[in-house]
Amino acid sequence: MPISQRQVEIRAVLKTVDDPELPNVSVADLGMVHEVFVNEGAVSITMIPTFAGCPALDFIKKNVKTAVEEMAWVESCEVHFSFEEKWSTDAITGEGKRQLKKHGIAPPPENYRPGEEWTVDCPYCGSDYTSMENVFGPTACRSILYCTSCRNPFEAMKPVVDYVIN
Amino acid sequence: MERGEEIMMDVKSAEEAKQDVAYSTALKELIFQLADDDFLISFRGSEWLGLAPHIEEDVAFSSITQNTMGHAFMFYQLLEDLGEGEIDVLAHERHSDMRRNGIYLEKRNGDGNYLDEPYYDWALTVVRNFLYETFKKVKLEAVTKSSYKPLANIAGKVLMEQPYHLAHWKIWMKQLLNSTEEARERIEARLNEAWEEFGDVLEYGSKATEMEHFGLIMGEDELKERWLNEVSKTIENLPSGSLGKKYGSGREGEHTEDLDQALATLSEVYMSDKEAIW
Repeated sequence: MPISQRQVEIRAVLKTVDDPELPNVSVADLGMVHEVFVNEGAVSITMIPTFAGCPALDFIKKNVKTAVEEMAWVESCEVHFSFEEKWSTDAITGEGKRQLKKHGIAPPPENYRPGEEWTVDCPYCGSDYTSMENVFGPTACRSILYCTSCRNPFEAMKPVVDYVIN
Repeated sequence: MERGEEIMMDVKSAEEAKQDVAYSTALKELIFQLADDDFLISFRGSEWLGLAPHIEEDVAFSSITQNTMGHAFMFYQLLEDLGEGEIDVLAHERHSDMRRNGIYLEKRNGDGNYLDEPYYDWALTVVRNFLYETFKKVKLEAVTKSSYKPLANIAGKVLMEQPYHLAHWKIWMKQLLNSTEEARERIEARLNEAWEEFGDVLEYGSKATEMEHFGLIMGEDELKERWLNEVSKTIENLPSGSLGKKYGSGREGEHTEDLDQALATLSEVYMSDKEAIW
C-alpha cells in the first residue's frame, strides 16, 4: 500500500477520536493534528495542544495511540505534542463547529483579535441577543453565556488566536 | 563565549543549548524563575477554591489557576529537556533555597489556614494577581524574542491564553477602586504593601547580565519600565516612592517561612507516594 494511502487512512481514523471533554468533536476537527509520518508499520503523529493545563491532553494522546494501533497494518504509533506550531480556535474545521453547536456549545467567533470583546449567537435558537455570564467556564477553553431570547444558558469556546506583539 | 562577541544566533534545541555552559546556565536560571513564579501564584490561587467571593469567581479563579499551573508545567518541561531532572521532582522536591520565585508571590493569602479558619484577604489577591499578570505579560512578550526558540515558542503559546487572566484581574481592580470607600482603602493598603515587596519579582538575579547578553530577554530596567507603564494604565494613583524588596530576593534563593508552608502543603500528597501514577 502506498504511503499516501496510509496517510489518508490515518487521517480518517483521527476523525473518529473525540476530545474527551467535547463528545462528537474529533481531535482532527479541533485542528489538533499537525503532522503524520508513516514509515512502514511505524506511525508518528505530532499534535498541537489546545489550552495549556488542559487535563484532557494525556487522554487524547492515549486515545489517538490506541485508535491508530488498532489498524491492521500499524505496528506502533508514537504521539507527541509540539509547541512549534500554535493551536488557535481558527484551526477548528467547519465540521468541528457544527458538532460543537449540536452539543450546545457555540463555536468561537471568527476573525477575533486578542483583547477585543466578543459575542456569539445562541447555539439553540441562533439569536445574537446573548450575554456573557462568565468568561471562564467548566474548562479552560469554554465560557458561560445566557440567551436572552430563548432563555437557555449555554457555553461557548473562547477565541484564542496568535498573539502579535507590537 | 566572550562578552562583546557576536550574540549567539537562534538556539533551536536543548541539545544545542547544552553545548555552551554559560548560555545554558543563564537560560535555566530564567526558566526556573518563570516556572516557579507561575507555580507559586497558582498554588496560592488554588487555596481560594470554595472561598472566593461568589460562585462565578470560584469558577473563574479555578480556571485561571489550572491554566497557570499548566504554564508552570510547560516551563518545568523545558527544564527537564535541559537535563535538570523530572518535572515532578522539580515541582515538588526542590528545597526552598533552590526556588527562584519572587518572594511576594509566596506570601500567605491571609491569616488562618485553608482547612481550619481561612481569614484570607481578597484585596491582597486582587492586587497581587493584577500586578503579577501584568508583569507576566511584559516578561513573556520579551521572551517571545528569546534566542532560545523552544522558550520563545512557549511564551507565544502562553500569551494567547493569558490575556483572559489579566483582563479578569483588571476588572476586579477597577471595580474595587471605584466602589465603596472601604474597598478602595483596602486595595490601596495592599498596593502600598506591594510597593515595599514587589521589587525582586522584577529582577533577574545573579545571571541578569548573561541573560541580556545571550539575547534570552531584554534588560531588567527596560522590563521594569514597561511593567510600570502598563500598571499605571489601570491605577491612576500609584504609591509614591521606589519599589522595595522587603524580604530579600527570591531570585537569589532567599525566601520566607511562607514558602516552606506552601511547599509542605502542595507536596503533601506527592511525598506520601512518589511512585504513584496520576
